[in-house]
Amino acid sequence: MSLLADPRWGEALAHLPDYLGNHVQVSLAALALGLAVSMPLAILTRNRPAPRGMLLAFASIVQTVPGLALLALFYPLLLAAASVALTWFGVSFSAFGFLPAMLALALYSMLPVLRNGITGLNGIDPALIEAAKGVGMTGRQSLLLVEVPLALPVMMAGIRTAAVWVIGTATLSTPIGQTSLGNYIFAGLQTQNWVFVLFGCLASALLALAVDQLLGLIENGLRRRSRLRAALGCVGIAALVAATLVPTMGRSSQGYVVGAKTFAEQYVLSALLRDRLQAAGLSATARSGLGSSVIFEALKAGDIDLYVDYSGTLWANQLHRSDIKPRTELLADLKTALARDNITLLGDVGFENAYALVMPRKRAEALGIRTITDLAAHASTMSIAGDYEFFSRPEWAALQKAYGLSFRAQRQMQPDFMYAAAASGEVDVIAGYTSDGLIAKYDLVALDDIRHAIPPYDAILLLAPRRADDERLQAALRPLLGRIDIANMREANLRAGGNDANSSPDAVAKWLWGKVGGR
Amino acid sequence: MPSKPAISYQHVTRSFGSLKAVDDVSLEIAEGEFVAIVGGSGSGKTTLLRLANRLIEADGGTITVEGEDVRDVDPVALRRRIGYVFQSGGLFPHLSVADNIGITPRLLGVSAADIAARVDELLELVQLDHAAHRDRLPEALSGGQRQRVGVARALAARPRIVLMDEPFGALDPLTRDALGDDYRSLHRKLGLTTVMITHDMTEAILLADRIAVMRGGRLLAQGTPNELAKSGDDYVLELLRTPRRQAERLNALLPQSGAA
Repeated sequence: MSLLADPRWGEALAHLPDYLGNHVQVSLAALALGLAVSMPLAILTRNRPAPRGMLLAFASIVQTVPGLALLALFYPLLLAAASVALTWFGVSFSAFGFLPAMLALALYSMLPVLRNGITGLNGIDPALIEAAKGVGMTGRQSLLLVEVPLALPVMMAGIRTAAVWVIGTATLSTPIGQTSLGNYIFAGLQTQNWVFVLFGCLASALLALAVDQLLGLIENGLRRRSRLRAALGCVGIAALVAATLVPTMGRSSQGYVVGAKTFAEQYVLSALLRDRLQAAGLSATARSGLGSSVIFEALKAGDIDLYVDYSGTLWANQLHRSDIKPRTELLADLKTALARDNITLLGDVGFENAYALVMPRKRAEALGIRTITDLAAHASTMSIAGDYEFFSRPEWAALQKAYGLSFRAQRQMQPDFMYAAAASGEVDVIAGYTSDGLIAKYDLVALDDIRHAIPPYDAILLLAPRRADDERLQAALRPLLGRIDIANMREANLRAGGNDANSSPDAVAKWLWGKVGGR
Repeated sequence: MPSKPAISYQHVTRSFGSLKAVDDVSLEIAEGEFVAIVGGSGSGKTTLLRLANRLIEADGGTITVEGEDVRDVDPVALRRRIGYVFQSGGLFPHLSVADNIGITPRLLGVSAADIAARVDELLELVQLDHAAHRDRLPEALSGGQRQRVGVARALAARPRIVLMDEPFGALDPLTRDALGDDYRSLHRKLGLTTVMITHDMTEAILLADRIAVMRGGRLLAQGTPNELAKSGDDYVLELLRTPRRQAERLNALLPQSGAA
């Protein structure tokens, strides 16, 4: 199929007003805030070397923090701030999405604005500042009538740099719940939808380029003292902002928000949940690509209304339990514990997505490995790969302890690439997911955990506190409980991992419902 | 000497670190007078000038402007009523000629229409064609034109006193001569009190009523060229010798009056 005829371009285009509008909104707000903070700071510290040095050093350090980490850091920070605000002042605000993204991006925009602001102000001929004083200007008048106008071209160049950085980095705000052009990229990476990835990259690059050129026009106009150029640039920016914001403004309330983490299974399940709610006449949207620690807090805070999590994940990460209980007991305990946060555990979806040690079937047979105990004997000559969090999770510690596992090497990998790496022999063993369709596709085998070191990971449906008594919602969801078995989920995941038009989460969700529900 | 001098310095001192830039200087400038302060670089002449409108503050002594101790006057208000012409213009590069000239009236809250009328009046006064010049940026002007705009700007708020910091130093000799003469006649016509800094004794003799000679922060001598010639100070005499020598040489080299 020709690349351009791919229907996924159309699907991507349909999301554009929403993603682009949100992207421009958060970038613009961040830039405005960054300017509002940095400009006065640059002006205040321009003649004071010590605070100026400290400020620039601080901004440089912020700049060295990777964008994703900075954005991720602001989430817990705001969460703490929100709880303080609530207990002390009775004010509640959401630590999810827009606010943390805007604050982190604003911080990110500070360095170029500060540095160019200070450079511009310090670069003014002292004779002109003297002249400003000499003709009878106050310090303030000298600043506003002479120093700032003269420094403006250099300042503008800094604003331009900041704008490009912010627009680029804003794509990373998807995991903390801010819709952005990054939604294409995160969703595309997780579901191997390269059309989406490409579309997201192109859209954000074009946006950055357009803003850069328009700001460049303003900068040029200021430099050459051409009002026309500066005005044209301003009009262009205003038009761009209007064009991207207007479509998002008119939207009505979103109704129920279904959350999804950053992997294919979650994208499919959230699409399925959304479809079910809509089928029941409820308005619903999916909010995908949320970080796995963000999503639970978002539910607790009511920023999303429902999502599917896994019992073992909550057991370890939210309850901080390291002991392992049988399935039913664990679920019961979990339900009681979650109820304390007013979160409803509506029930299990029907399948389990646990960590499992996985290796090629042929190799396992050749070596006579069936269980993890068998594997332990060979581990010292083998390498293991896991996702980014696996090796720091309690399950890994429990596995090592229970079986005395010690591998020659361990690597972290993007989950989608692990299975292929195991199949090709690049690594010997991977920590895969039991519901992943790739296990069958690559002819791999999950080794038995005979000592039950890994807790159960039942997929469970969680509802936000304010939906605890929402009968319509619960009635719409109940038909799904216990319905999705592991075989169908594996098949769905395999389809979602494909790279064609039928592999979009929406399409797979419809297929899955056709298999398990319908009728 | 009139009872109320326009500017008076009494035992004024000002140091920068260990350097005494102005060292116990007393000088009175009468209303309507044109005084030139002459000295080499580092003689303290610029510091002395700037003490008068508090661009620099004195460490000791008393300075009065039109009878008032400058310490009792708000420095911004003081500067708005004293014209100041900067070395090589000091024009704001982002403002048009008209906006540069009108800056002090604007700060004083004069209406835009009045400023526009005043700008045209001033351009005429400094002999620049308004239509051709008012909307230009300083970068589009020649050195002489810039300095004319500088003079116009200094006069915009109708000051009675004008301070000039080596105003014609960077100009070619012809322009310099023409500008000096033009300013001198403005000074007389408007009844200004002018204090001008220069390192050029010839210029000082040709333009000023009285000359003050500075060296190493001290005022060595003051008076008309005639009075200075009677000074016993070697440096003052040396300064006077140069223009005289030049005049003699020019007389010898050039054909006499008007024959050229």
